[in-house]
Amino acid sequence: MSAPLVPSLFGACYILTGWIVWIINWILRAIGTVIPPLFPPLDALANWLASAPILTVLTWLVMTLVMVVWACLVNLLTMMWVERKFYSRLQDRYGIMISIWSLPLWPFNRRKDVPTHKGWGYLQNVADGMKLLQKENLVPATADSMMFNTAPAWIAGTTLMIFAALPWSSGLYVANLDLGILFILAAFSLAPLGILIAGWSANNKYTLVGGLRSAAMLMAYEIPLVLVVIALVFTTGSLDPKVIVTQQERPLLTLGPLVIPAWNLFGVQAIGFVVFLVAIIAEMERIPFDLPEADAELVEGWTTELSGMRFGLVFGFKWLRMIAGAGLLSILYLGGWSGPVFTTLYLGSVPIPIVPEEIWFMLRVYLLGLFFIWLSWSIPRVRIDQILNIGWKRLIPLSLLAIVAAAAVRVVTG
Amino acid sequence: MPAFWINMGPQHPMTHGLWNMKVQVDGETITDARPELGYLHRGVEKISEVREFQKVIVLTDRLCYVSSITWSHAYCLAVEKMMGVEVPERGQWFRVISLELQRIASHLMWLAAYGPDLGLLTALLWSLRERELFLDLIQLMSGMRMNQNYPRIGGVRNDLPENFDAMCKRSIAHFLRKLEKEYEPLLHESKVFQMRTVGVGKISAAEAINWGVTGPNLRACGVDVDVRRLDPYETYEDVDFEVQTWKGPDAGDSYSRFICRFREMRESCSIILQALEKMPKSGAYRAKPPRRGEGEGYARTEDSRGEALFYVCGDGDDRPYRVKIRSPIFCTMAATPIMLRGNKLADVVAILGSIDVCVGEMDK
Repeated sequence: MSAPLVPSLFGACYILTGWIVWIINWILRAIGTVIPPLFPPLDALANWLASAPILTVLTWLVMTLVMVVWACLVNLLTMMWVERKFYSRLQDRYGIMISIWSLPLWPFNRRKDVPTHKGWGYLQNVADGMKLLQKENLVPATADSMMFNTAPAWIAGTTLMIFAALPWSSGLYVANLDLGILFILAAFSLAPLGILIAGWSANNKYTLVGGLRSAAMLMAYEIPLVLVVIALVFTTGSLDPKVIVTQQERPLLTLGPLVIPAWNLFGVQAIGFVVFLVAIIAEMERIPFDLPEADAELVEGWTTELSGMRFGLVFGFKWLRMIAGAGLLSILYLGGWSGPVFTTLYLGSVPIPIVPEEIWFMLRVYLLGLFFIWLSWSIPRVRIDQILNIGWKRLIPLSLLAIVAAAAVRVVTG
Repeated sequence: MPAFWINMGPQHPMTHGLWNMKVQVDGETITDARPELGYLHRGVEKISEVREFQKVIVLTDRLCYVSSITWSHAYCLAVEKMMGVEVPERGQWFRVISLELQRIASHLMWLAAYGPDLGLLTALLWSLRERELFLDLIQLMSGMRMNQNYPRIGGVRNDLPENFDAMCKRSIAHFLRKLEKEYEPLLHESKVFQMRTVGVGKISAAEAINWGVTGPNLRACGVDVDVRRLDPYETYEDVDFEVQTWKGPDAGDSYSRFICRFREMRESCSIILQALEKMPKSGAYRAKPPRRGEGEGYARTEDSRGEALFYVCGDGDDRPYRVKIRSPIFCTMAATPIMLRGNKLADVVAILGSIDVCVGEMDK
């Protein structure tokens, strides 16, 4: 029904790695030709690099790098830009407007006639990141510095782990695991431990309260999140994202020319969808549930003592978690990357779909992102006892109901 | 974990100004609280004694930067009573209009601070946007956006500009429409907003009266008290307005305080519209006061935050012998430990935001 732009990320990266290794080998052999005594070892090294097992290992490294660049440098910055622009418009202001002509680099700083602050503002986040990189990393004198330094790396690392298993299309993924959804959820729920470590080790009352809030909240939203996935397994019979998406591609209803696909959202899993939506907002720590860093009462919560790029990492990676959460939501309930392909172009013998799966997936991710942004800028933050109430008294019964309903439907339909 | 004290202030996003709220928390529950004031004490009362009567207005303007006119007006009223100066009727109407414009601007500033307290930054931007309307009107009246120096002993500084009626009516119509279409759905009709404010920071009417709480904070407890109605000054007798008192359940919580203030903005709009109709179109707006004064004079007015009282004592010189200021929020601060005890840590902002703290007038 649909086709990916990148049929296989591994294949693409294998070709890329082949090119890189070919260039390196060419250089190595050139050095060996210039200095003849070095030729035998360098030639052996070149042959070793080009051997199949080493090339595979290198391909995996390149693949990871490609995914990190794709997630952080492309989608993270775009999502931050979307959020800052969108909530600015909600609040009746322009938001970030820095333009490319404000760069202090050659072609840009020559033009004096163009305004530097009437652009789209996409570079603002890059500029903020550069500023944070140049700032001093302060460690409080009374902090447990080892744990304090570990926590941001822990949070950033576990967030990137999600993207090892999160597919962007049927081809664009790093690893396709049989229990991919379980792995993603596990990686998601590791970050609160980092928050607790950061809150405790900074030795500050605000960070401590923030960290403990995170630990108290964890149970309230993590359990329903996993329970509704169990309910989903009754329908899908699999935890493999690719299988789950493929199942949702079949048509549910045909209304004339309009074919409605059998998304998990339509049917008994609608209860699960609502629970998952609420719980994933808590998982992303966005505003109705961003209690660990409630800036009104806890200054900045558990990030109060973090400075420089350490703060930048944990702050920026919130958007990465938002992208991952939206992606997970669309894979599980909204048909993932499935969507109609209107035309396929052929470049030689390589088919290129006009609207590939990646576009359909990112459309869902960004629309869900807009929904989360809209929600978090139009309602206040709830209280810690209220989120525990929501979690234990609403979400868990609802998710148990979702399990029962899904099981009943499974029994009836066979 | 044993109970420990957290300093919320003097540098904290919750404190809109420079003061310190020490709260003792047991986990997340507040067991005790103690406000620490005085970081912004400038000695306004003492400095007033060495300045001429007219020049004290500059100081009283700076008592609270979001409601300068109400404070200067209270001072002028006290001095007029001491000197026995009668303000011309047109001047009194000008004062009513400027006081109510200032009240709306002040309440909007409070709303702008209360939104982010609850994690709703959109309320800040929207309220400041609408506050510009009223700052523009005040600027038309007095020439300044802040620290207007507008009330004078014996009247006001200058005449209204041309077309002020039309501009005022247009701004108020726009504001009322915004209140209904945008502010109500965003704020108190929102379920999450009610979750955060209903039943939080309760204080009974008896306790509030005993601790000297006044103004919207006392009206939220269900006590029908308003100096504009009980002890009318200027021409408040001639305008028809409803004192916004909370009549529902859960009197004295953050939500009722919010609602009282919110509805007061509408009442102020109606007072301004009535004043524009009833005001004489021409005539004097300022009487000439004597330079020296002797005797005592006091005036109490309904400030945006409660009952403001000025006591001025003159000994026949051209400067006051003694000036005493009763700041409403200073007295309300004493009652905050009662409101805070038993609530959660996150409620500190929901409670202290709702009583509308202004540190300038609190520390004087």
